[in-house]
Amino acid sequence: MSTDLIELSATDLACERGGRLVFSGLNFAVSAGEALVVTGRNGAGKSTLLRLIAGLLRKSGGRLDLTGGAAGADEATTAEQSHYLGHLDAVKPALSVGENLRFWTTYLGAPRGAPIRPALEAVDLAQLSDLPAAYLSAGQRRRLSIARLVAVPRPLWLLDEPTSALDTQSQDRLAALMRNHRSRGGMIVAAAHGPIGLDDPRELKLGAVT
Amino acid sequence: MTAFLALLGRDMRLAVRVGGGALMGALFYFTVVAMMPFAIGPDLNLLARIGSAILWLGALLASLLALDRLFATDHDDGSLDLLMMGAMPLELAVAAKAIAHWLTTALPLIVITPVLGLMLNIEMSAMGWVALTLLAGTPALTFIGLIGAALAVTLRRGGLLLAVLVLPLTVPVLIFGVAAANAAIIGPAPFGPPFTILCALSLASFVIGPFAAAAALRQGLE
Repeated sequence: MSTDLIELSATDLACERGGRLVFSGLNFAVSAGEALVVTGRNGAGKSTLLRLIAGLLRKSGGRLDLTGGAAGADEATTAEQSHYLGHLDAVKPALSVGENLRFWTTYLGAPRGAPIRPALEAVDLAQLSDLPAAYLSAGQRRRLSIARLVAVPRPLWLLDEPTSALDTQSQDRLAALMRNHRSRGGMIVAAAHGPIGLDDPRELKLGAVT
Repeated sequence: MTAFLALLGRDMRLAVRVGGGALMGALFYFTVVAMMPFAIGPDLNLLARIGSAILWLGALLASLLALDRLFATDHDDGSLDLLMMGAMPLELAVAAKAIAHWLTTALPLIVITPVLGLMLNIEMSAMGWVALTLLAGTPALTFIGLIGAALAVTLRRGGLLLAVLVLPLTVPVLIFGVAAANAAIIGPAPFGPPFTILCALSLASFVIGPFAAAAALRQGLE
């Protein structure tokens, strides 16, 4: 991941859902190695903003650009350069832990034949690789979901309350993964109510303007 | 291409695992066709005359059976979000899911078709041709159903809506499918023209289905 001048910037961003203006006139910029924590009361539009950046919702006004980054990245959309960790874990109970992760790494474009074991070890699930995902606890499913971010390198991580269901040990591990990601020039935009273990993040408070 | 095959493989694997629903279509089809002679009575000539219609209706209903879950499961567990974030166009992802669905539900149904001739007083040789019409026509059913499945994805109780949306669109497939099958069983009309149109319907829906379904999924982003 070459991340020289990569930057995510939003200018006068607005989003409308179900006829209601969720937020408008939003300006922020995140560049390589930085983290932005989105805060605000329930319904302020934290998840909406993350889904908007991930390309899963349409903006109703303003600009959102991801510039710079790896060679040829200009042709890829923001969604193709982002990881989205939402409330749902995208884990199929009928498949084993390893099969779940292998599918997502292949689908999301990891290099052919890339091993998934390091990613499983990073979230401490390596010994459960053959277990059907139906037997995982909520926290373990979340960790499997996080393993995806490690297995496929993408410059922008969009994390929606990433520490929910995680025990303290796993939260520390996630904090280390996020630190590592930023040290390699990655960016993080996270929605959270409390501290999630990011070092000196910038803060974007939603719901204050409207 | 790797992503396409990965998605195809995953959906097929999910279908054959516990609770996946592969072979349910074939089983349902078998049951419907096997019940018909009991309902209609032991008039062998009548059974042979309406046999193709029974087979095609059974295949149509069986192909709708599991279709409403095609995108709904992925939507419910968040997989659909990630499928949209891949580098592969959504149209191709949708096509991969449809092909996996066809391979796991429609293909077993076609394989058991020749045996069902016993139930309907149709000769084994003619049943081969009937199976061929199903092979040519069921992709159209799957790919038309794909559009309905995508439209129904965000709705609760989408299953019934799916049937209402999709069944009218499958009428041409049914007409030409039964026409071709009848030509094979009782004649005297030629088999070629309806069969060719059936192939054309499948090819057209193969192109239109994924684009329409992907557009419907994008529209459903809310």
